[in-house]
Amino acid sequence: MSTRTSGSLRTYLLTRVLLFVPQVLVILTIVFILMRVAPGDPISVALGGQRTPEQLAELRAAAGYDRSIFVQYWEYITGIFTLDFGHTIIDNRPVTQIFTVNGGATLTLTAAAFLVAMVVGVPLGLLAGRFRDTPFDASLRVFGILTYAAPVFFLGLLFQLAFARGLGWLPSSSQASPIVLATVESRTNIFLVDALLAGDTSAFWNGVQHLILPALTLGLLLSGIFMRIIRINLIQTLRSDYVEAARSRGIPERKVVIQHAFRNAMVPFVTILGLQVALLMGGAILTEQTFNWNGIGSQLVRYLENRDYVAVQGVITLFALVVVTASLLIDIINAIIDPRVRY
Amino acid sequence: MTEPVLSVRELRVWYGTEHGPARAVDGVTFDLRPGEVLGLVGESGCGKSTLGRGVLGLLPRGAHLDGEVIYQDRNLVEASAREIQRLRGPELGLIFQEPLTRLNPLLRISEHFEETLKAHEPDLPKGEAKHRSIEVLRAMGIPPTRYRAYPHEFSGGMRQRIMIALALVLRPAFVVADEPTTALDVLVEAQIIGILADLRRNFDTSLLFITHNLGIVAEACDRVAVMYAGRIVEQGPVNDVFARPQHPYTQELLRSTISLSTTGLHYIPGAPPDLINPPSGCRFHPRCPKAMQVCPQRFPERVPVGPQTVECWLHGPDELMPDGGREILVREEITVADEA
Amino acid sequence: MATAAVPPPSDMGDVGGGRGRTRLRRFLSGIARPYRNSHGVGRFMLISGTVLVCLMLVMAVFSPLIAPYGFSQVADATGERFGNHLEPGGDHWFGTSTQGFDVFSRVVWGARTAVTVVLLALAFSLFIGVLLGLLAGFIGRWVDRVLVMIMDSLYALPALLLAIVVAFLLAEHVGGGTATAALAITAVYIPQYFRVVRAATISAKEQTYVEAARAMGARPITIMLRYLLSNVVQSVPVIATLNAADAILTLAGLGFLGYGIQPTEASEWGYDLQRAVADAGTGIWWTGLFPGLAIVLLVMGLTLMGEGLNETMNPAIRVRRLVSITMPSIDRATARRDDAAGGTAGTTGSVDDLRKGDVR
Repeated sequence: MSTRTSGSLRTYLLTRVLLFVPQVLVILTIVFILMRVAPGDPISVALGGQRTPEQLAELRAAAGYDRSIFVQYWEYITGIFTLDFGHTIIDNRPVTQIFTVNGGATLTLTAAAFLVAMVVGVPLGLLAGRFRDTPFDASLRVFGILTYAAPVFFLGLLFQLAFARGLGWLPSSSQASPIVLATVESRTNIFLVDALLAGDTSAFWNGVQHLILPALTLGLLLSGIFMRIIRINLIQTLRSDYVEAARSRGIPERKVVIQHAFRNAMVPFVTILGLQVALLMGGAILTEQTFNWNGIGSQLVRYLENRDYVAVQGVITLFALVVVTASLLIDIINAIIDPRVRY
Repeated sequence: MTEPVLSVRELRVWYGTEHGPARAVDGVTFDLRPGEVLGLVGESGCGKSTLGRGVLGLLPRGAHLDGEVIYQDRNLVEASAREIQRLRGPELGLIFQEPLTRLNPLLRISEHFEETLKAHEPDLPKGEAKHRSIEVLRAMGIPPTRYRAYPHEFSGGMRQRIMIALALVLRPAFVVADEPTTALDVLVEAQIIGILADLRRNFDTSLLFITHNLGIVAEACDRVAVMYAGRIVEQGPVNDVFARPQHPYTQELLRSTISLSTTGLHYIPGAPPDLINPPSGCRFHPRCPKAMQVCPQRFPERVPVGPQTVECWLHGPDELMPDGGREILVREEITVADEA
Repeated sequence: MATAAVPPPSDMGDVGGGRGRTRLRRFLSGIARPYRNSHGVGRFMLISGTVLVCLMLVMAVFSPLIAPYGFSQVADATGERFGNHLEPGGDHWFGTSTQGFDVFSRVVWGARTAVTVVLLALAFSLFIGVLLGLLAGFIGRWVDRVLVMIMDSLYALPALLLAIVVAFLLAEHVGGGTATAALAITAVYIPQYFRVVRAATISAKEQTYVEAARAMGARPITIMLRYLLSNVVQSVPVIATLNAADAILTLAGLGFLGYGIQPTEASEWGYDLQRAVADAGTGIWWTGLFPGLAIVLLVMGLTLMGEGLNETMNPAIRVRRLVSITMPSIDRATARRDDAAGGTAGTTGSVDDLRKGDVR
């Protein structure tokens, strides 16, 4: 029987991975249509008024915008599969460079925030669901609603006022102090890793200190959502037939809750983690802006202000790819923890 | 006669609702002897399942339990949650109606068994636990090769057999089977009935068999209790009750059974009573073809009639009968309008 | 109604002019139902949320009366400038901002902007989402598949990113402002309504009574639509309220990134917060705190309302109210003796009396 089970797991994973390709194609097409549905070509939008019409025409031809839209679409799609996202218009650098140079900062921020959200949100959600309708549950729910209702940039602002300006405990902007940033050599473009590689522990701690407030801000937003989802899942699981059946066999209540309810409540939570990745990315754009964090989100805002379609399109494509990939990974994880999926 | 395994005295289970208490079980008394199978029959919503759960202390929040459930000289109604939790499994078992949702989909069958054994016998070696589980599963017709499979890999009938094995692995002395075959098809049903009927031979288990299928009772039970609106209106040996039903409700119930020789369908007019506002006196009187003047006025006594015990004024006792109590009850036509 | 001169029997009111009234009454009682049926935490959430939302609505509707100054006013009636970064107090309850706006007035006017944008966005997304959902559900086949594919992809994009892109594109060709912000937010929420309506349509097609109606020769479309309506009507209030809360956050996010509404067009909390980030470093707290609190209160109100509604309307998480009851006790000693004696004594009579006493 076990051979059949692992066999069906393999089949499931294979179909899921195969499904990934059309999914990516669809999302890329939608991004392309979204960016090109408007009249006018990227060059004239970004540089119109700054150059003579002849110069613009020359740039257009050089960038290939004088060709048919289908050719451009084909180029866009094939480009992405060869990791060529084009060149930005305003400062003419490869779009992929935005990812490599600024991606580390965004990755650090989102990973730390995700960690905060898991560490805070999951246990609190489980406790709130277990002790539902008690004052404890009620106060946790208020906490959940508050963290959801406060926009990340407002929470960030309050943290800055309280911990940076008021108490003076933590720095409030950038990834590290300017001097520290200048001294640490960039190798991976992830500052904390670079500091460790350089063996510079004081720089590393400096980076950690700078990370705390942004990570808390973004993490708390997510933790409220995690908590709500897990609480409801647990309440529904605690009412399920198999929990009653476990009680009927005299399994101690503590074990019923941990073995049957907690574990099963996590399954639907994992399946919707994919959507939370999208939320995390959206929140990262705002958090980066609030804390002057030089990640992809900050770059996106900069290029938006300069109406650089190519850069904007590239960043959106990247975000979309990250979300689709994350949902693929989550489906795979889900298949491993929930035997029903592969059946 | 041997001492009963389980004695239930005046057991009541009421649910608090917004319109007042719902008396799902309202004063039920019965005994169960070792190896005996007691069938509990009645319409849907008469409190059968609540009675089964109430005996095991497995009631939802908001349910109130009162009376006596005597098991091994202990009143389970007054036992602490922890005490009764320890009894569930090695002493008391429950088999559910819908086997499909009763196994945790994330746990292997083996994990269900090992968890159950470990909860009650913490020092049991793992190999021994596995051995015992596989033995019970084999007795239920589940091959040992499937011990480590997941619940979704089994059919409904197999899952019910696994549930039974899970309830029996600790050899409880008393098991409640709550409509264990309702969700299954006829062939599987016969198989499960066979397994349950063999229980007392193999495990010497007493069984409270809740069902609405009188055919199953005739086949698998020693005694039968007929429940109506939270009360047991008649109980006695299956053969006697089926041959000479004494309560009008039992008579009507037996008449409405469909068999191969049935030529016309019979049904009991009216709807099952409202458990929140039950009829006064005998609860069956609004639907009873033999209702008398006394029936809506006074609650019927438990009266022994031959080997049976019946709660019906037709059987007296005469000394409590008020004057003119035996006159036929003239029903107002309101009941018809109510139904419309 | 002509018959009104004669005292009409109570049920005659329904015949003529009363019809509109009963419909209104039914509508009102439909709105009141969740409030009546709720209890405990759900009721508290529903009511406190409604109060918060109503407060904000009052602020939005009557902002010209409540706000002492205009949203882009930098000088009082005599032409004297307010001054920048004035601390709260005196003429300016919440102080003044970097640009010299009165913070209190901007907070009040901001409610009007938020409510307008969100109502527009909800109306647009409901309309488009429901329409597309019905199309996909009814027609099925490739129409369904294509629409689902597009909607899933839109849903996968970070909501804020989608709103930014739409706002960015519209700003380029239509110009910024309330309508642009509303359209940007619309794009985010279409997929949700699409999903709900499509799922309801498909399940309506498979309902047994729709099949039964078809078998009897009735037009299944009529029945399906009625089924759909009752189904969608159940889930839409919850989704719409929660979406409104989310939309406020998205609008503020757009404003914070500079893709919302310019300060001279209308007051927008997100924009004000963006300006306030620079102030935080210098310890000026009032420019950010008040607009931020306004967002929190409105979003919180809508969330509480939505969750409260969900708790009373969604059977999966609804708690049945636990009503404590008193069980009249039976004298157990006599009951047992009675039982031993074969159940002849009169004790059960007393139980019966207790029972009757409890029923009446």
